[in-house]
Amino acid sequence: MTARRAAIVGVAESDIGRTPHLTVLSQQALAARAALAEAGLTRDTVDAVFTAGEWSWAPAMTLAEYVGIQPRYTDSTNIGGSSFEAHAGHAAAAIEAGLIDVALITYGSTQRTGRSRDTARPAELTAQFELPYGLPMPVGAYALAARRHMHQYGTTGEDLAQVAVAARQWARLNPRALLRDPITTGDVLDSPMICDPLHKLDCCLVTDGGGAVVIAAEDRWPDVATEPVVILGHGETHTHASIPSMPDLTVTGAAQSGPAALKMAGATVDDIDVAEIYDSFTITVLLTLESLGFCPPGEAKDFVAGGRTAPGGEFPMNTNGGGLACTHPGMYGIFLLIEAVRQLRGDFAWARQVPDAELALVHGTGGVLSSAATVILGTL
Amino acid sequence: MKPVPDADTKPYWDGIAAGELRLQRCAACGRAVFYPRAVCPHCFGGPLGWFTAAGTGRIYSYTVVHRGFGDFAGQVPFTVALVDLDEGARMMTRIVGTGDVEVGMRVRMTVRPVAGADLPCFRPAPEAAEAAEAAEKAEAAEAAEEAD
Repeated sequence: MTARRAAIVGVAESDIGRTPHLTVLSQQALAARAALAEAGLTRDTVDAVFTAGEWSWAPAMTLAEYVGIQPRYTDSTNIGGSSFEAHAGHAAAAIEAGLIDVALITYGSTQRTGRSRDTARPAELTAQFELPYGLPMPVGAYALAARRHMHQYGTTGEDLAQVAVAARQWARLNPRALLRDPITTGDVLDSPMICDPLHKLDCCLVTDGGGAVVIAAEDRWPDVATEPVVILGHGETHTHASIPSMPDLTVTGAAQSGPAALKMAGATVDDIDVAEIYDSFTITVLLTLESLGFCPPGEAKDFVAGGRTAPGGEFPMNTNGGGLACTHPGMYGIFLLIEAVRQLRGDFAWARQVPDAELALVHGTGGVLSSAATVILGTL
Repeated sequence: MKPVPDADTKPYWDGIAAGELRLQRCAACGRAVFYPRAVCPHCFGGPLGWFTAAGTGRIYSYTVVHRGFGDFAGQVPFTVALVDLDEGARMMTRIVGTGDVEVGMRVRMTVRPVAGADLPCFRPAPEAAEAAEAAEKAEAAEAAEEAD
């Protein structure tokens, strides 16, 4: 008997950018309704809810109450921005185990309008060894990783800047992206220094926004209105919580989650047609490409050079403009899944559509390079 | 911003108040442990005993903060680093006494006030200053030779 497969059958975002007319809950509810409507499924078919966020002590419970769902499976796993890739894996596993039929993953944040990022936490437990030093988080942690990578491999600020340049080139093709004007590496290096070596344009946006993803077991696929995008493989891990405890500042948990997901999917990095890789900072992308095995350690700067990841390049990556240029409401991972699904469905016109995209790799990074979750998606 | 000592960490902060860097060592596997805790994160055993470290180490990475927040906004630029202590543990800290910092630089602990809290910070170790001086002299000698 073959394993019961899971596929993403509905995706939607709420309004993104600045959403003073929405709350964290209304963002998620409206996105959920749109994603279910796209799938042609009703709210009452949903039997599992997944969400993550600091807006409630029990976010899945609050979200389910708001939209009127009583689930038989629930998951509020919060490992930062990669939570939603992990949720997709958990939903696929629950479907395969026969526990659920239809899963709803949601995310929402009003961090820009609400300015919730600026709230100080007490220096308790493990934070007592970090917060008193005043390193801005998370950017300071990523700056430490960037500096170590520069020391070990000779990576330069110019190398990091290439990631930001490519992001803008994709954003130019996305009417929903926030920053659509092209930039040069010089523009990145001229932007204000935040935490050396990371400049402002090395850092993701700070926006509001939400999204929803609906996943269905294969016996439900005949009912859905979209072309199912199959979850072929998934993997997750976390290596640390605070940056002083990161075992090696140049290697992330993608080194475990990526191979695990690819193995489950029966694929290799060479089979991937399009990649959506969490870009909280330019350095995040370089580290992830190396840790996933797309290139040897230290060589991601060569991998992204010459427009390889930009529109028209050999390795289309972050095709919506990413967290650097499209949107980044704090925990960005759900948007990676949404974009990958649309690429595999062939939803886009012209240069934004990766031609004949059949296999996508989606990788979320959360915390301070702390968590990693990889999902391999494929057309039916 | 003051750290909140707890049952695991009070001996550490008592040490800092006395000007000392105290770490734990696992009796089962012999490795140094930081931050302090009840079980060894390496071998999961113990018991964990306290010892006073030399206070010396090497910079593993650093960043110069140009935009600070809250209590720290007015302090920029300041340098935060991860230091690998000679005993084998890694900690976050500030580098003080210089803006000229390099990965791999030898450093030595000194307790300093940071936004109202006395914290272990690190300054360039005398060995580091000597090495820098020697390197400068060598460069000057080379330049003098070429000029002749």
